[in-house]
Amino acid sequence: MKEPENGEIERAGYDIGKTAHRADAYAKVTGREKYAADYYDGEFLWAGVKRAGVPHAALTGIHAEDARALPGVIAVLTHHDIPGENRIGIIRKNQPVLADTRIRHSGEAVALVLAENRETLKDALNRITLDYEALPGVFSVEEALKETSPRIHEDNPEGNVVKAVAVETGDSAKAFNECDAVVEGVFEVPAQEHAYLETESGWAYQGEDGTYVIVASTQTPFRDCFEIAPVLGIDPAGIRVIAPYLGGAFGGKDGITVQCLLALAVLHSRGRPVKMWWDREESFLAGVKRLSAKMHYRLGAKNDGEFHALECRLYYDGGAYSPLGGEIMTLGAEHAGCAYRIPNVSIKGWCVYTNNPVGGPFRGFGVPQVTAAMEQMVDMAAQRLGIDPLAIRLKNAVRKGDRNCLGVTLTNSTGAVECLEKMSSHPLWKGRAAWKEEAGPFKVRGVGVACMAHAMGYPPMVADEARAKIELTVEGKIRVYAGVVDMGQGNASTYAQIAGYVLGQDASAMELVLPDTARTLPSGSSSASRTTYTYGNALIEAARSLEKAIIKAACERVPGSVAEGFLFLPGKVRHTPTGRELLLEELAAFMDDSARVTTGYFKMPVVREKLDAIYMGPHLIFSYGAHLVYVEVDELTGQVDVARYLAVTDAGRVINPQVFAQQIEGAVAQGMGYALTEDFKVRKGRIVTRDLSTYIIPTSMDIPAIDSVPVEIDEETGPFGLKGAGEIGMSGPLPAIANAVSDACGTRVFRAPMTGEAVYGALIRKKEEGTVL
Amino acid sequence: MKIGFTLNGKNTFIDVDAARRVIDVLREDLEMTGTKEGCGTGECGACTILVNSESRLACLMVAAQLEGAEVTTIEGIERDGRLHPLQKAFVEHGAIQCGFCTPGMVMASIDLLSRNPEPTQAEIREGISGNLCRCTGYQKIVEAVAAAAAAKEKDGLP
Ligand code: FES
Ligand code: FES
Repeated sequence: MKEPENGEIERAGYDIGKTAHRADAYAKVTGREKYAADYYDGEFLWAGVKRAGVPHAALTGIHAEDARALPGVIAVLTHHDIPGENRIGIIRKNQPVLADTRIRHSGEAVALVLAENRETLKDALNRITLDYEALPGVFSVEEALKETSPRIHEDNPEGNVVKAVAVETGDSAKAFNECDAVVEGVFEVPAQEHAYLETESGWAYQGEDGTYVIVASTQTPFRDCFEIAPVLGIDPAGIRVIAPYLGGAFGGKDGITVQCLLALAVLHSRGRPVKMWWDREESFLAGVKRLSAKMHYRLGAKNDGEFHALECRLYYDGGAYSPLGGEIMTLGAEHAGCAYRIPNVSIKGWCVYTNNPVGGPFRGFGVPQVTAAMEQMVDMAAQRLGIDPLAIRLKNAVRKGDRNCLGVTLTNSTGAVECLEKMSSHPLWKGRAAWKEEAGPFKVRGVGVACMAHAMGYPPMVADEARAKIELTVEGKIRVYAGVVDMGQGNASTYAQIAGYVLGQDASAMELVLPDTARTLPSGSSSASRTTYTYGNALIEAARSLEKAIIKAACERVPGSVAEGFLFLPGKVRHTPTGRELLLEELAAFMDDSARVTTGYFKMPVVREKLDAIYMGPHLIFSYGAHLVYVEVDELTGQVDVARYLAVTDAGRVINPQVFAQQIEGAVAQGMGYALTEDFKVRKGRIVTRDLSTYIIPTSMDIPAIDSVPVEIDEETGPFGLKGAGEIGMSGPLPAIANAVSDACGTRVFRAPMTGEAVYGALIRKKEEGTVL
Repeated sequence: MKIGFTLNGKNTFIDVDAARRVIDVLREDLEMTGTKEGCGTGECGACTILVNSESRLACLMVAAQLEGAEVTTIEGIERDGRLHPLQKAFVEHGAIQCGFCTPGMVMASIDLLSRNPEPTQAEIREGISGNLCRCTGYQKIVEAVAAAAAAKEKDGLP
């Protein structure tokens, strides 16, 4: 964009680094926004799923006669009714859409019912009975890895192992002998439920051209087409997926939930649209969970605090199917050493199948698990060596140009040290001792810190690319075709802001088309901290092309003008030498239709070295963070109260401070839930926490004021210097709180969540044993 | 059963099963989908509406309870095309992410401010604690409610 001659007028448009209210806020706050769950048009049918209710069994019969006989039931479908392949899966195609011979988790879908209304649907589902022979189940990682345990996927050559990875750099065996202090710990983190407010939902119909149209709450519309089509036995071009704004997703809608079932239903709906909306219990039962993990850690350091050797054994429970479990564990293994330089490393990780609920992506992918462990290890090492926890982190944190634990040279922006330094100068860090002293009777106070790193984008083996499309409409508006889903994080608004900035437009001139496989271009999933980085870069290119096209049209309208003479203003361009103004609408009328639409492409850069360091290759660009927390522990109950929270983040430059803060605050809140209350309990494959009164997510009373401070280091490959901010905040709260609890109580709880009961138990044990860790 | 009530200021008559959930009456029968369902069991607050000016959970009410009531939903709080001060504050303070909790949150906040026009931060947190939000961490919602309370005083708005 040409430098503006009049700075003030230029500022009338969107700006970079300034808060712009979200484009979706008005429609959402008035209740007008239409989510996938909000369709009730015409003579539609309800579709619902019969679920197994047993965790592991051979399925021998499905009795649907009673259900079929019920008035108002249109169809009951089983695996016999699937015209194409009855297997889906992103990496490993082994999950049936409707169970055929085997049930592998209690939420397994067995039959699909179409009915006139919800009441009939419920009634019909209750009338379906199953014949099965129960099989012994596998409910823990330990059992899964035993040679003698039942195999959950008989044809898996690795037994119950989904994926195993190993990273070896330096010589860790030798290096541990060279250390002055070696600390060890075994950490456990629970499965976590996304608990988005909008449960899985969708709406489907057959379009006039025969296309199957599925409006779904999904993070992955383009990939979904390739999963749905083979199930119907048709070409992906025959499927259209539309993703409106999502009512939350956090990874839980990365892939198939209702989509294939809805497509199947439409085959039998007699031309009527079909609605499916899981209730909360079904969402808990059938939706994916963050993988629980058990992690054995050993960290060795020199007397001066320098980390010298790290050994980790990571065990992730992938559940019955693993849409991305192996990849989730792999990202965990890649981040096992967090944001530190450690020359000698041995990391081994396993993701296994069990008969537990299906594991899948959840904000942070596999990283919050390992960060929880590593950041506690760092504190344990600091304590052993008598070094301040912030100082030991500063000493070991990676800087630009360093090699990380995988041996990859960090050539891009690396702000771990800057985050820690910013924290060290913050009043909350400086005032920590005074605050601790003011604890009331029967209360103890502690302060904890954690550092974190999170890779951006897909690993090198999967092209992380986006195709942006932008149009000058005949009405003179700038329309952005968002190729990546907005699940609530506000990326669609940021796209409007980016394009508006490049073209000098304000919010009133912008329009958004949300992801629709028939209208927007494939740009990958809404995940992996990539949505603004990858699509934003593509969009800048598209917007600059459109700028050129508009100026070209303007030159033709102003005799004797040259391209440099034009300035973009909201709704128009001005020829500065003559002062003549041309409305965008006027210009659009003179442009060919093809000239009014431009596109841009971007592919995320990847490492050039060490491609074989880990499965699918290591990442190149990371966001970083440093968190500080104040906690107060009630000695009589063990209850942990979080009093203050500081999150310092290097996610490159900030385009919209409000949207950035939203991401950090939201991630920290989810991380606090993960640390303190959220425990998705499954007993022998059956879910114990089936609702929001037994699975406890934080309320407004549980979350303190959160200070979010960005460290704005320019990432030269990012759109206006930005890196991803969606996930980095998720990994900090658990270890920071664990370290604070340890600081307060003088004992450590190695297992999350740190409920009052767990902390109280640790206090009692400490009293009894006199243990100090 | 024939039921008459006022919905967002309009006389409304419906003929439904007396036991039909109000959330279904609103969303499915009357196609007012601004009121959301997040759990159906009274745990999330997404379905909060005002019944005779007090907040109620539409997923726990049945149609028969509507008889003669004055019901307000998120669709009914704008005045002459202008946002309610709380709606405006939610937009300006970034209190909305996915937005699925938002209608319920706004309705609960209206109820809170009508009972307590000058709440402290702690009172706001308590007042909205029956409404779950999974996206925001609540901070910006609390700020929005505080700002709306302050603005209301200034404007002398109801
Ligand atoms: S839907 Fe009514 S409280 Fe959750
Ligand atoms: S904004 Fe998503 S649940 Fe509150």
